[in-house]
Amino acid sequence: MRPNDRKYLKSHEWCLVEDGVATIGISDYAVSHLSDLVFLDLPEVGSQVSAGANFGEIESVKAVSDLYSPVSGEVVETNEALVDDIESLNIDNALDTGWMLKVKFTEESADLMDAAAYEECLKNEAD
Amino acid sequence: MKETALKSTHVHHRARMVDFAGWEMPVQYTGIREEAAHVRKHAGLFDLGHMGRVRVKGAQAEDFLQKLQTNDAAKIPAGAIRYAMILDENGLTQDDILVYRHQNSVDFFLVINAGNSERDLGIMRDTASGFDVSVVDQTEELGMFAIQGPASQDIVQKITDIDLSAIGYYRWTEGDVAGHHVEISRTGYTGEDGFEVYAEQAKIVELFDAFLNAGKDHELRPIGLAARDTLRLEAGMPLYGHEIDETTTPLDAGLDFGVKFTHDFTGRAALEKIQAAGGPKRRLVGLTTESRRVPRQGYPVMSGDNEVGCILSGAVSPTLDTNIATTYLPHDLAEVGTTVEFAIRDKRESATVVHLPFYKRQR
Repeated sequence: MRPNDRKYLKSHEWCLVEDGVATIGISDYAVSHLSDLVFLDLPEVGSQVSAGANFGEIESVKAVSDLYSPVSGEVVETNEALVDDIESLNIDNALDTGWMLKVKFTEESADLMDAAAYEECLKNEAD
Repeated sequence: MKETALKSTHVHHRARMVDFAGWEMPVQYTGIREEAAHVRKHAGLFDLGHMGRVRVKGAQAEDFLQKLQTNDAAKIPAGAIRYAMILDENGLTQDDILVYRHQNSVDFFLVINAGNSERDLGIMRDTASGFDVSVVDQTEELGMFAIQGPASQDIVQKITDIDLSAIGYYRWTEGDVAGHHVEISRTGYTGEDGFEVYAEQAKIVELFDAFLNAGKDHELRPIGLAARDTLRLEAGMPLYGHEIDETTTPLDAGLDFGVKFTHDFTGRAALEKIQAAGGPKRRLVGLTTESRRVPRQGYPVMSGDNEVGCILSGAVSPTLDTNIATTYLPHDLAEVGTTVEFAIRDKRESATVVHLPFYKRQR
């Protein structure tokens, strides 16, 4: 079971809220399915993101995938170490040091799920 | 979806399976870059059960092939193999194939692309009328896999009395491997040394396992289709549906070596007309990139504000440590060192024209 301290989107982003700031990343499941990552494009600090809207791109050897924001608000920090070395993102750090954005948020997506609901989603996705 | 004899083997080895030309095939086992690099360093096994396999027999097999395909079948020695294309009357490519001439000198064997096999067989049936020839699709009864990589010969020699060192590049023979009768050719689609192996479908799983066993000390592993695509692109080998298709001639693609104007093949007149008019207006070139963005099939290729082509194949190249791609460019932009751009969504990335192939192994 994935940690229940945070919520998840069906599109595999996770969102951990602390003191009005949401830390956003993608799940270990997404990382394992993308595999062979080569590029990460994140918004600038100070820019606005919207819940449910595209905030960036992650590219693997196979494909480019959009990243969707779980919250609306202002980007206050991006994980530059991850941008510089996206190959280091793996299933063990995806929910931890593999975070992407910190957003001072005003609104959460209505589609966010707890860990149990997300796992149900994954079951349906796996063949 | 069609399955090869090796499906359960792939699942056992934790492959990710995908639909490829109507076949359920292993696309990757661990990671694409790592698998591709592994083949260059050690050796890999590739399931090729999806490819079409056609036996051509009869007194006029050679005459039939002279009409069907672009290479000169009369000049293929017994036991040798040639690359060729099947064209339509307009010189446009319907498929690229390998033509095997049997040791008995009379019979031939063709390996064709999975995605084109039905069309190819139709063309073959039409072309066969009037010739004393039998064309038999053996894709179902005969299985096929490849071993590729520098350790290939050492591995296979452990399980056969066939003297593999005596099989030259693009030559084939038959004999027993691991107790099963096979046909074996020194061919492949990776730019490495290696063999392609043909045997009765019922023996394929046992043979594949026997290869894996024999290769234990040489790091032999099964490799997916995605890494195979990277390897063939690095080696500058065209893939039907990418570099070549129904809109390209062998002249555009620089595949003249597979075309011999010595016989009356379908499409010859059209190619001669293009040559008489000064040759094709575009050329197949390689591109490398500075950025980490990967050029992919269909992305527009730009020179200034002009769209001058599109990406045909693209990959992350573990061997060259850059991203690589192919495209057709007009001659004035096709010179090595020319800078162009490719468009990825709303962004532009620069790319440099380089010689094909990207990679050539040291022999």
